[in-house]
Amino acid sequence: MTRATIVEWARDLYEDLDFGAVRGWLAEKPGRKAAGYLPVYAPRELIHASGLLPVGIHGGGDRLEIIRGDAFYQSYICHLPRSVIELAQSGRLDMLSAVLFPSTCDVIRNLSGIWKLLYPDVYVRYIDVPQVPDPAAAAHFWEGELRRLLRDLAEVSGHQPSDDDLRQSIAIYNKVRDVIRTLYRLRQERPWDVPTEELYLLMRAGEVIPPDEFIARARDYLAAVEAEPRRPRDNSRVVITGAFCEQPPLGLIKSIERAGCYIVDDDFLLGNRFLTGEVPLDGDPVRALAESFVHNELRTSVMYEGDSGGKRRLMQQRVSGARADGIIFAAPSFCDPALLDQPMLRAGAEKASIPCIAFKYAENSGQFQQFREQAGTFSDSIKLWGSA
Amino acid sequence: MSVALKDRSMVLQKEMIASHFARLEKAPENREPVVYTFVPGNLVELIRSFGALPVLPEINALQSGMRKLSGDYIAEAERLGHSEDVCAYVKCDIGMLRSGNIGPAGTKLPKPDLLLLSYTGCYTFMKWFELLREEYDCPAVFFHVPYQGDGVLEPEHREYMLRQLREQVIPALERATGRAYDEDALRERLALAAEAEDHLVAVLQSAKHKPSPIDGYFGTVYYVGPIFSAFRGTQEGVEYYRALREEIEERVAAGQGPVTPEGPLDNQKYRLVVEGPPSWTHFRDFWKMFADEGAVVVASTYTKVGGTYDFGFRHNPDDPLGTLADYCSGCYTNLNLPSRIDMLVRYIQEYEADGFVINSVKSCNSFSAGQLMILREVEKRTGIPGAFIESDLVDPRYFSTANIKNRLESYFQMIQARRAGREA
Repeated sequence: MTRATIVEWARDLYEDLDFGAVRGWLAEKPGRKAAGYLPVYAPRELIHASGLLPVGIHGGGDRLEIIRGDAFYQSYICHLPRSVIELAQSGRLDMLSAVLFPSTCDVIRNLSGIWKLLYPDVYVRYIDVPQVPDPAAAAHFWEGELRRLLRDLAEVSGHQPSDDDLRQSIAIYNKVRDVIRTLYRLRQERPWDVPTEELYLLMRAGEVIPPDEFIARARDYLAAVEAEPRRPRDNSRVVITGAFCEQPPLGLIKSIERAGCYIVDDDFLLGNRFLTGEVPLDGDPVRALAESFVHNELRTSVMYEGDSGGKRRLMQQRVSGARADGIIFAAPSFCDPALLDQPMLRAGAEKASIPCIAFKYAENSGQFQQFREQAGTFSDSIKLWGSA
Repeated sequence: MSVALKDRSMVLQKEMIASHFARLEKAPENREPVVYTFVPGNLVELIRSFGALPVLPEINALQSGMRKLSGDYIAEAERLGHSEDVCAYVKCDIGMLRSGNIGPAGTKLPKPDLLLLSYTGCYTFMKWFELLREEYDCPAVFFHVPYQGDGVLEPEHREYMLRQLREQVIPALERATGRAYDEDALRERLALAAEAEDHLVAVLQSAKHKPSPIDGYFGTVYYVGPIFSAFRGTQEGVEYYRALREEIEERVAAGQGPVTPEGPLDNQKYRLVVEGPPSWTHFRDFWKMFADEGAVVVASTYTKVGGTYDFGFRHNPDDPLGTLADYCSGCYTNLNLPSRIDMLVRYIQEYEADGFVINSVKSCNSFSAGQLMILREVEKRTGIPGAFIESDLVDPRYFSTANIKNRLESYFQMIQARRAGREA
């Protein structure tokens, strides 16, 4: 397959707000069911092992007019929940038998309550991840939460997964994470060959299709990249941070790239990469998932930072790991986790003399001129003064 | 007689607060350890049992709002890079700290020996203490209170909290204070807490009388001050609530209403339930908008963020750590939306309210996200239309007097029209 074919396939999935791929999968076999999850982290292995199709719910972006959603939220609340409500109230999420609401922030937490009230026939679960730094207590708690979720999902699907089912699902998602790591690594090494626009579309496609299908397409894409190399440009290398929940419009990503920035690290669709290592396939699979979460190395705004110097070091580590020249703090308007973290992260970056800029977006931002100018000036300034 | 008693409770509270802040100011020289914590899910009895003094940053922020200082503090925090979009309490606190850390009583606040992050019903708490840890470079301990997503405290969640208390929180307090955990001292404080809670509930439920002797929102935020902050589990706290209860019982006997900024409100035309925190920067103006119309608030949810005692919870000295877990889990913002709606409906019915008002504050997503859903559900279940107004906790830029006043006046007219319609 050519790169263009794969990217267009992914774009079609991204743009399809009726979730045709999910509906197609459900229609293939009677009795199939799907479970949605909101950002940031949901244990998709359990959904998959229970026989349900995991479906990422990331709002309608700039492709959805909000009519009903605004009746649920005040103007000072971020855009994602009103867009998710719009999708649901317009019937676009009626194929979901379950929806999981991870503990990302109070808005998503309270959305779980709204869902319970609006859709009493849908299984709704707030996923309260362990925040305590004590790994033993955290793992014990999280294992209990996972077992409860597994039991409930089995009731929804009518399929009680065995330990082997769970191991198979863990193995598949280990492969998903592995191929994503490969893609991200390749983008970091040769960002001209893996534009973030393409990578992002591929990731978004992965949110609405079965994981094995995603793995196959991602490998096709990697092969196409090798077959169709591109020439590097004199761009600056930037890390984007703050966009882990409400996703930026694709136009914003394109604008940043076209303004002369190679995005060499980001936190888009972070749930995909939340677990940084392989989940072990031996021993109790639920325990293994719990332990993997607790001993995870990822640092993000939605988790408590137990290390008092951790916030200040984080951006230095990410910039150094990605061999980046600067940081773009791109947070959704009214995003508590990203915006409350930003002063700490930025202070650490500035102390290390890392160039930074910051702007806010909404998933439905339609004008990109200001972002392009800001990113362009940033890139130019890095090139002009970065090595001074 | 009632004036003297009322004065006694007010004088008592003022003395208690002044004395607490004076003691806080001298804490470093007196080598008294200081523990910062938040109102919802605060473990004040436990903190006090270690001989430590509690500081509650939300209380400092709201006091700064009432003293008209928050605008400058917020501006200072925004100059430092804090977003205009986030919680104004946090920015007010950071701004106050960077402006010399002079607290509500005009005295300097001491640095914390420990940040006890009781993660109860508010995501922002986590970031707030991460930010304060950067400012103070002090130890912090995280106490994760699972959210009641399904409307109940699960037994394993309770066990998780107990484990954290035993293995993390208590050792952290021992390190910060240099004292060993003394369960008998904790039990004594829990018994005092329960005694004060009994008195507080009697005060809260006095609003079932007509006329109501209290305002269950504007007046009650003062009443809950001691029990939500430093004085639960203290003898002063018990004495304050006993005096307050006596004062209120006298008002009931005399058929008197509460004292508002405009004087006694005996002629009560509207009985309301309120959801959401008040706007502290315009507190008196806001209250006056209700009082001028003869509206008394008979119950509110905000006054339950530090504990839902009126639904039966009492701190239990026979189960010292378990009762702390139960307390934290049951705080209002740790309840899911259906539970919050149940509470509002119950208040409207039990307190025979004519209406309900939601004050949606920009700063607090824990409260605000979902309030429009709450509005429609409560209207559906009670058949009573609600009013929805918007302001902020301590950011004066978001209080529009004319707009809020207009909405409230229209709402009262609507209640009056419905009443007239029923009588016709």
